[in-house]
Amino acid sequence: MAKGQSRTAAILKKYEDELLSDWMRHLAASSGKDSRLSEEKVRGQAREFLSLLLQATQSGDINDTSGAHWKEVGAFLDELSRERVQQGFSSDQTAMFVFSLKRPLFDRLRSEFGKDPEALAEETWTTTELLDRMGLLTVKAFQKSREEVINRQQEELLELSTPVVKLWDGVLAVPMIGTLDSARTQLVMESLLQRIVELGAEIAIIDITGVPTVDTLVAQHLLKTVTAIRLMGADCIISGVRPQIAQTIVHLGVDLQGVTTKANLADALSLALKRSGYLVSKNGKA
Amino acid sequence: MERIPILRMGEFLLVTIQVDMHDQLALTLQEDLTTQIEKTGAHGVLIDISALEMVDSFIGRMIANISGMSRILDAHTVVVGMQPAVAITLVELGLSLPGVKTALNVERGMHYLRGLAENGEVGR
Repeated sequence: MAKGQSRTAAILKKYEDELLSDWMRHLAASSGKDSRLSEEKVRGQAREFLSLLLQATQSGDINDTSGAHWKEVGAFLDELSRERVQQGFSSDQTAMFVFSLKRPLFDRLRSEFGKDPEALAEETWTTTELLDRMGLLTVKAFQKSREEVINRQQEELLELSTPVVKLWDGVLAVPMIGTLDSARTQLVMESLLQRIVELGAEIAIIDITGVPTVDTLVAQHLLKTVTAIRLMGADCIISGVRPQIAQTIVHLGVDLQGVTTKANLADALSLALKRSGYLVSKNGKA
Repeated sequence: MERIPILRMGEFLLVTIQVDMHDQLALTLQEDLTTQIEKTGAHGVLIDISALEMVDSFIGRMIANISGMSRILDAHTVVVGMQPAVAITLVELGLSLPGVKTALNVERGMHYLRGLAENGEVGR
């Protein structure tokens, strides 16, 4: 094995420049004219990768990519994949960056060890395994970046979908959109209660027109919110109850604990104004 | 021994909890409050918990107890200034404090108590 490790490493060292230009040719051929990446940028990245690969193979066992000397290569590939994700490349395009190094490397190996089939087979296998692992590293990093994007978007979606709006002096409304789970409920409770304190609002209207189904779990979450509002000294009206939801609630035997429910937001607002002591009258002919 | 001060405002008693309530303090408050209600003949108690950032089940029960005891002594209790985090904690603990009247702040609380007094629900 010791001999094997120095042989590929020696090839990398001896033919570094030619490998670079061959590799660039292959990259250009496979990706074509892509304006997202300039040629100098790709050349710079390729050169860096080659030199890091050289360092790693010189200093340790070529087969042990989990070792400390491979950390820099790993970090470089991580960063590369992250950049490519942001630029909108797919994972196979990113992995091709590594895989297209195989052809130039194998060509050099063949010219060096052509007369020694054993050695050639050995080196080819070692090299292909190494580059495969590197390629897979980029795919893994790619996945991770994508997942981070998805997670961040989920958080933003969560925040966007439960705004607390002021309908009138002392009347707040929360239009709930989408399924109500415990994470959402927690978020709604926190923001709604905070606003109640800030504005001194005594009535909160929770509109569930956008909630597709209400089962016992959702009802539980709603009631928790209502209880918290009442504990603080305000009251709650639930509006936007659709016929199917009304049926479900009765069938499930859910006890709404005296919460007033209205079919639409207009009725709920009308009730809230009345409770707050406002009288709404219409101008015009008597 | 430290005690929570109970202030008198006309017909009403005002209690502001500004320190972390440990168990002994809560029990002392119960004692003191019931004694004061009897001594002053107060018909309304306002407990301000706006400085309480954390409430456990003991405090929750204590508030409900004080409310009940005052009622028996013919005084209405209003708890004001509950912070959102406290309300959420109580709900998660399953303590909905039924029978305890709450209000958003001292102003609303007093308004409520005065309303009761005027309507003749309290006092002679």
